[in-house]
Amino acid sequence: MRDLAGRLGYLVLAATAVAYLAVYATGLGRLPTAFDYLSILNTTLPLVFVAIGQSLVVLTGGIDLSVGGTVSLCVAVTAVAVTGFEQLPLVLAIGTACGVVNGLIVAAGRIAPILATLATLPIFTGAALWVLPVPGGSIPPQIRAVLTNPDLPTGLIWLGLAVAGWLVLRRTRFGMRVYAIGSDAGAARAVGVPVERVTFGVYALSGLCCALAAVFYVSTTTAGDANAGAPFILTSIAAVVVGGVAFTGGRGSAVGAVAGAAALALVIDVLFFAGIDPLYQALFQGLFLVVAVMLGSLAMLLRRAT
Amino acid sequence: MTSTAPVPTLHTFAVRATGVDRAFGGVRALRDASFSARPGEIHALAGENGAGKSTLIKVLCGLVAPDRGRVEVNGRVATAFQELSLLPDLTVAENLLLADPPRGRLGLVRRGRLAPEARRILERFGVDHIDSRAVCADLPVSHRQVVELVRVLATEPRVVFLDEPTAALPDRQVEWLAGHMRRLRDEGCCVIFTSHRWREIERLADRVTVMRNGTHVATREKLAEAEAVTLMSGRTLGAMYPEIPPPATAGPALSFSDPGGISFDLRPGEILGVGGLAGQGQRELFLTLFGAGRPARVTVDGRPIRIRRPKDAIRAGLGIAYVPEDRKAEGLFLPLSVRDNITLATLGRRSAAGFVRRGAERAEVAGIVSRLGIAGGGAAAGTLSGGNQQKVVMARWLLADARVLLLFDVTRGVDAATKHDLYRLVAELARAGKAILYYSSETEEIAHLCHRVLVLREGRVAAELPGPVRDAERIVAAAIADGEAHA
Repeated sequence: MRDLAGRLGYLVLAATAVAYLAVYATGLGRLPTAFDYLSILNTTLPLVFVAIGQSLVVLTGGIDLSVGGTVSLCVAVTAVAVTGFEQLPLVLAIGTACGVVNGLIVAAGRIAPILATLATLPIFTGAALWVLPVPGGSIPPQIRAVLTNPDLPTGLIWLGLAVAGWLVLRRTRFGMRVYAIGSDAGAARAVGVPVERVTFGVYALSGLCCALAAVFYVSTTTAGDANAGAPFILTSIAAVVVGGVAFTGGRGSAVGAVAGAAALALVIDVLFFAGIDPLYQALFQGLFLVVAVMLGSLAMLLRRAT
Repeated sequence: MTSTAPVPTLHTFAVRATGVDRAFGGVRALRDASFSARPGEIHALAGENGAGKSTLIKVLCGLVAPDRGRVEVNGRVATAFQELSLLPDLTVAENLLLADPPRGRLGLVRRGRLAPEARRILERFGVDHIDSRAVCADLPVSHRQVVELVRVLATEPRVVFLDEPTAALPDRQVEWLAGHMRRLRDEGCCVIFTSHRWREIERLADRVTVMRNGTHVATREKLAEAEAVTLMSGRTLGAMYPEIPPPATAGPALSFSDPGGISFDLRPGEILGVGGLAGQGQRELFLTLFGAGRPARVTVDGRPIRIRRPKDAIRAGLGIAYVPEDRKAEGLFLPLSVRDNITLATLGRRSAAGFVRRGAERAEVAGIVSRLGIAGGGAAAGTLSGGNQQKVVMARWLLADARVLLLFDVTRGVDAATKHDLYRLVAELARAGKAILYYSSETEEIAHLCHRVLVLREGRVAAELPGPVRDAERIVAAAIADGEAHA
C-alpha cells in the first residue's frame, strides 16, 4: 500500500492519457499522430526539468517558489544573448547562481525556504525584466534542431537523459542524504549528514534545472518573455504533488514528478480538444489538481489503514 | 636526530570535558560541567531528568557546541541518542549504511547490495529478527532501538555514547546489549551510558559519574543506590511513597462495566490500581476509557455516557495522562510555554469576554510550578527533560475540572527523585477529590499507592486486593495463582 502514493503520478498520467485519446478521437475522428505526440513532448520538457529540481527541494522538506523568477531570467538571457551553443553554459551558470543564492539564504542564513524563495522570486523576475523589457528575442535554429526538433524525436532523448540524470543522482551519496534530510533533519545531522551542504546543493541544482527548462522553453516558443517563468511556480509544485512526493520530505521520486508534469501538460490538451473556453483553463486545471491530490491523500489513508 | 624508544600513546582519558557551559533558550543545561572517562571502561552517567546528561553527551560527541569550556576526544566516536536518530522514511539498510554505502565504479551507490550488506551487519551482531528492507517507521520501537544500537556498534568506535539505550528494550535485548558493551570495553573501547535503572548501572558500570543541575557531583567506582539517589537529588528523600489519604465516602465518580469481564466503581479521592502481568488487557482498558479503543458505556457521576472518541471522554470529565512507548510526552504542546500547557485545558475559567486573563493565570501556575519543582515556567515545554514534561502533563489536571484521572504508566523512564515528586502529586490529586485509575509497569508502585488493586488476567479481573498492598509479590502471586488455576 505504501507504493500506491508513490505511483500516483503514473496512475494520473495513465488516466489523463486515456482522456486525451478519447477527446482527441471523438473531436477529430482519428487518433493522434506522431506530430501531436512530439509537440506535447516538446512543450512538456520545460516543466519536466523544473519539476525534477522542485522534487529535489521538496524531498529535503523545503520548497522553491523562486523557480518562476529563475526560469524568467534564464528565458530572457537565452532570448537576448544566445547566438550559438557556446553561450548556453552562460545561461546554465546564471540559473545555478540563482539557486546558489537561495541555497545560501536557506542553508547558511537558516531562513525558512518558503520565505527565502518568496523573496528571491521578485528579485529574479525583476532581473529578467531588466534583461528583456518587452517580449522578443530569438533562438538560433541549430539549437532548436538539437533540442526540440519539431520533425525528429530529439525531445525523447532529452527526456531520457533527464530521467537518467535523476536515477544516477538517486544513487549517489548526495541522493541518499537528500532523503535522509527530508526524513528527519535533526536525526540526519546526528548521524553525520552534512545537512547544510546538501540543502545548499539541492537549491543550486533546482536553479540549474530552471536554466535547462528556460533553454527548452525558448527553443519551443522561439522567443523570450520576462514573465515566462511565472506559471512554473504552481505547475512544478503541482507536478511534484501529483507525482507522489511527500510535502514533508523524505518520500517520493522525481520520476513520479515527471509523470505528474506530463499529466498536467496533457490536461491542457484535453481541455482544448474538449472545446473548453481557454478562459476557464485555469479553473479546470485547478479542479484536476484538487482531485489528483485528494486521490493521493486517499492512498495515504488506505496505507495507514493496512 | 637521536632515535628514541617508541612510546606507546597512552592516554589517561578517552573523552574529557572541562568547565563546560551550555544554555538552551535561557535554561542552563550545563554549568561548569567536567567529566572524564578512560579507554577500556564502562562508565555510567547518572542523574535526574534534566541533570544535563543528554546535553553533556551531545557536547562530547560534537553535536552541540559548548558556550564555554573545553572538550577533548581520543578516537572515533559513535553515539546512540535517546530520541532515536534513525531516519524514519529510510529502510533499515539505508540507515545502517548511510555513512558508507556500498559503491561500485563511478562511486555510485549499489542499491541492490544495500539490503544483503545490512543483513550481514545485523547477523554479525546476532540480530536475525529484523528485515533489513523494512522501512524504519514501520518497525516497533524496540526493533528501532536495536537497529540504532547496531548502527553505532558497527562503526567500530573507540568511544561509544549510549543515551538511555535500554529504555525501549525488552529484557532479552538488554542482555544482548550488555554483552556487546562488555566486549567493547575488553577491546579497549570507552563505553559511556546513561540509565534510570540502578540495577543496570550496578551490574555494568566500572565507574559512575553523578550529575546534578548541569554539573559534576561525584565519580565513584562503588556507589550504593541510596547514596546515589541522595547525590542525584541533592536531598535525602524521605519515605519513597507518600501517605495516601482515605477516599471520600460519596457515591462512585466513575462506574465501568465491560461485558468482556472488567467492571468496577471508582469513588472520588480513590486511587484504583490496575495490576497483573504485562499485556493482560491493562492498556486496552485505558484506551477504551480514552475513547481510542472499542466504544464503551460508563457512568460518570451517575450520568450514563457513551465513549466513542477522545472528545467524549474529555467532555465526560475524564482527564488523561499517558506516556507512549517512545516517551515523547503525548498531550503536550512542545513549542508552547509550560504555563500555557498547564492552563490550556481550563482556559475558560480564567478568561473574560474571550480574552485570557494572563495575571490570574500566572499566579495560579506559579503556585503549582513551585510546588512540583518544575524548571522554567516560561520556557517552551519542548526544552524540558522527560520527567519535567511528565510533571507538566499531570499538573494540568490539578487545575482542570476533570473528576476522573486515567494515569497510564506516568513514571516510565523517570528518575527516582521525579518519581518521588510524581507520587506526591498523585496523592495530592486524590486529596483534591479526583478519582484516579492508575497503571504502572512497576508493580511496586501499584502496591504502595493504591487503595484497591484490580489484578487483570487475559482481559478479565482475576482478583481484587484491598490496599495498600505494600508487598508487590502479593499482586504478582495473585496474577499467577489465578493463571495456574485456569491452566
